[in-house]
Amino acid sequence: MTDQLTRRELLKRGAAGSALLTVPGLLAACGGKAKSSSAKSAHKLAKTLHFSNWTLYMDTNKKKHTFPSLVEFQKKYGVHVDYVEEINDNASFFGKIQGQLSRGQSVHRDIVVLTDNDRYLSLMIKKGYVEKLDKSAIPNMKNLVDVQKHPNFDQNRDYSLPWQSGMTGIAYNDTLTGPVLSVDDLLTNPKLKGKVTCLNSMGDALTLVMLSNGDDPSKVTDKSFNAAFNRVKKAVDSKQIRQFTGNDYAPILARGDLMAAMSWSGDIAQLGNKHIHWNVPKDGGALWTDNMLIPKGGNVYTASFYMNYVYDPKVQGLMEAGDPKKNITGIYYIPPVAGAGEWAKKSDPSVASNPLIFPTKKMLDSVHLFDNNALNNQKYLTQWQNLISA
Amino acid sequence: MSFFHRHRGLTPYLLLGPGIAWLAVFFVVPLGFLAYQSLQSGNFDIGYAFTWSWGNYWHAIRDYHAQFVRSLEYAGLATVLALVISYPVAYWIAFRGGRWKNLLLLFIVAPFFVTYLIRTLAWETILSDNGFVVNTLQSLHVLGSSGRLLATSTAVVTGITYNFLPFMALPLYVSLEQIDGSLIEAAEDLYASKLHAFLRVTLPLSLPGVVAGTLLTFIPAAGDFINAQLLGSPENHMIGNVIQSKFLELTDYPAAASMSFILMAGILVAVAIYARIVGTEQLTGTAT
Repeated sequence: MTDQLTRRELLKRGAAGSALLTVPGLLAACGGKAKSSSAKSAHKLAKTLHFSNWTLYMDTNKKKHTFPSLVEFQKKYGVHVDYVEEINDNASFFGKIQGQLSRGQSVHRDIVVLTDNDRYLSLMIKKGYVEKLDKSAIPNMKNLVDVQKHPNFDQNRDYSLPWQSGMTGIAYNDTLTGPVLSVDDLLTNPKLKGKVTCLNSMGDALTLVMLSNGDDPSKVTDKSFNAAFNRVKKAVDSKQIRQFTGNDYAPILARGDLMAAMSWSGDIAQLGNKHIHWNVPKDGGALWTDNMLIPKGGNVYTASFYMNYVYDPKVQGLMEAGDPKKNITGIYYIPPVAGAGEWAKKSDPSVASNPLIFPTKKMLDSVHLFDNNALNNQKYLTQWQNLISA
Repeated sequence: MSFFHRHRGLTPYLLLGPGIAWLAVFFVVPLGFLAYQSLQSGNFDIGYAFTWSWGNYWHAIRDYHAQFVRSLEYAGLATVLALVISYPVAYWIAFRGGRWKNLLLLFIVAPFFVTYLIRTLAWETILSDNGFVVNTLQSLHVLGSSGRLLATSTAVVTGITYNFLPFMALPLYVSLEQIDGSLIEAAEDLYASKLHAFLRVTLPLSLPGVVAGTLLTFIPAAGDFINAQLLGSPENHMIGNVIQSKFLELTDYPAAASMSFILMAGILVAVAIYARIVGTEQLTGTAT
């Protein structure tokens, strides 16, 4: 009996000892390689959560220059969020982190946010650059809105969770032009010649044009691609389209150099200029979603724990609406959390009734997702890049 | 100390060591890697393999010769403009600046305390369709009533000229400032007109500055992509824009690498032709 105990004890100690010896040893040997899975799933919160996000994408206290929901998170759970607004476009950010990820090194970030209508989100998952979410730490995942539950790049939401969504449509400046409500108008109306811009993201631009052509953007064929591509090319050749832009169309539109622009709903909501109107085009618009991912080597439990926090409808509602009385601005994009609207209403009713933030059912029915396979089609991508950069 | 006495011959090499190591690690090695990458084939999904894929170079030239030519054209134009604008300025500061010289030089450099991107964005505002410049040009009938400057080649060349002006002005100033005034006086004593004195004395003596300024402006300008991105439309895009899109958007690293090499070769050829015309001693600044 004593013998057995001793032996067991010995084995245990031996195992613990060797684990102690090997884990740090391995970590040191790999030089910052992704932590072993046992270390990751340890249900203990890290001291700091490294969160990389796009600019203007968090509730902000304008006076104190703080992010109230992050301050609250730290107060409640003792985890400091190292929040960095470093993502400006999917491609550049992917370019920045892919080198280390492809060598199996950690990028020292626990959450990053990438968009589903660009190829890099699915590429990250396909290449195994991301950690699996710890769903046991995200019971609030039940609040995820239905349409987001089974995207084709991550059928069961094992690796990704939406941060915010937005719509792609057309914005116009009513001091310079009458309403511009269709892609036809945007691409061919001679009054708008040289005064419109097109988005440089293929998924956004072609969804709109394909819908206007009567094609289905969620199932792209060579025929529908070529038809849409040639229409955009024609508009470039005829000098109707002045430039291809990312977010940078917003100031140009506000300044009056553009009459109309292919545009993202949230930008216009944030701009808050009463002369600039945004609408879903007559034949339909695009829907896109920015998704949170845990890059390899990130702290899965802490990241999942934070995701659970923002999927609490109350937290999400406040993040969305901000609080005008306390000088807090919200995110003003479309929240993926069911029930957030009720909470948003309490803190800023005007946000809750803004269709750019809480879209009507009719609006949501008229926006579409772009075919994920087409996003990764090298031939299409090359053709598109040649058009916009040559 | 005694070590250096005994190995006197080694000293220059020891002193050169850090510089050579720097160049080797941060220039030669990356360049070698770039060359290696430029001959790979494959794509990001399946991975890249080294296959002596010279086709990358051929494809780059076949598909993007317009952008290569445009880059050299815009850079050349901007260089000439920068020279024409900054020579009189540098001349005036060097010979007439007096005790204000340093302050005047500061004025040339001052805008460059602001970041490159912001300076270029400022031009977006200056040249905007409803801005002062366009309105004035329209009322002078230089531009048609629907004419614009933004998103045209004029705007791109203007942006490049502005952004690289100090690289031209400062070397020019240095070479002009060093000219011994008594040489010009002597020329005039020998019955040279002012113009003659300038053409026969001042201008040749300032040539090292012209050459240095030209190279410092032309070489980075040819690879620039920010000005074309912000101030141009797709038909004004330069090779830098294509390389950027190949590298970041398409993750087609071999194509981007081969284009970088072609651009490098193009610039070297342009510089070589230039050196032939003005003479190599000007290029290295050994002429006095």
